[in-house]
Amino acid sequence: MQGIIGKKVGMTSVFSAEGKNIPCTVIEAGPCVVTQVKTVESDGYEAVQIAYDEKKEKRTSKAMVEHFKKAGTTPKRKVVEFRDFGKDVKVGENITVDIFIDGEWCDVTGTSKGKGFQGVVKRHNFAGVNDATHGQHNRLRAPGSLGASSDPSRVFKGMRMGGRTGGDRVKMISLKVLKTIPESNLLLVKGSVPGAKGSYLIIEK
Amino acid sequence: MDLMKVVEKEYSNESKFPEFNAGDTITVSYKIKEGTKERIQEFRGAVIQRRGEGLTRTFTVRKQVGAFATERIFPDNSPFIEKIKVEKRGKVRRARIYYLRGLTGKKARIQERRF
Repeated sequence: MQGIIGKKVGMTSVFSAEGKNIPCTVIEAGPCVVTQVKTVESDGYEAVQIAYDEKKEKRTSKAMVEHFKKAGTTPKRKVVEFRDFGKDVKVGENITVDIFIDGEWCDVTGTSKGKGFQGVVKRHNFAGVNDATHGQHNRLRAPGSLGASSDPSRVFKGMRMGGRTGGDRVKMISLKVLKTIPESNLLLVKGSVPGAKGSYLIIEK
Repeated sequence: MDLMKVVEKEYSNESKFPEFNAGDTITVSYKIKEGTKERIQEFRGAVIQRRGEGLTRTFTVRKQVGAFATERIFPDNSPFIEKIKVEKRGKVRRARIYYLRGLTGKKARIQERRF
């Protein structure tokens, strides 16, 4: 799949030609550099490795500095590999938002916002006890029973409970590309996208 | 936020209309669709608030007819707005003149701002 690395800029809404107000996310995508092309002969599988976002050379390990030098570019922060890129590219080539056409569909992958330790109502959409009366007391957001008693005498593995929430890798599938602005490397995508402003995103088509 | 401005520039129709604020009396001409036909309707009243920023900015117009009032919220960048005409500049002390909702008749008047 063809793709590009980007950063979330923020959300806004835009009017379509039919006059509908469409919520959209602004993404700063690329320009990325191809840093390695993997082939079946050399690596056992086919893939294209691209890199995005400048990084200081003194903050980069020697091994990576040399890796980027091979591709003829400066060190970059984010390196991502795409399998079956579907387009012949050479090492050192630039990839820009031009690969997307307005109205096309794309998938966006990112890391969702971390929510910390959350209860079952937020984490697993449990209902809690939606009653303040009938003898209820401090059970409003409780998980309820965890299982039966003497048989099995234990809680089954994978029982949904409270815990660390968010901060997961999330992929939003089939988002519409509303507009590309190549002069400023911007991409407008319909709907929301995982992660905070400024977080890295992988956009595939 | 710099990059956000680039997107706003692409879609904004800010420059098409005059600047106005809460307290001003304006006439909004907006297109409405009836089946396949399109016609223009006017809505005249006092602006009671400006809200939001950038592409999501809106304004609320309150139109008083006798004892009844209608409020309509328009997005600044709506493609349905044909024209905005500022009729009167009002002298008000706050940005959101919700107190107008509790007033009728002569009390609901807004003093005009003179330059």
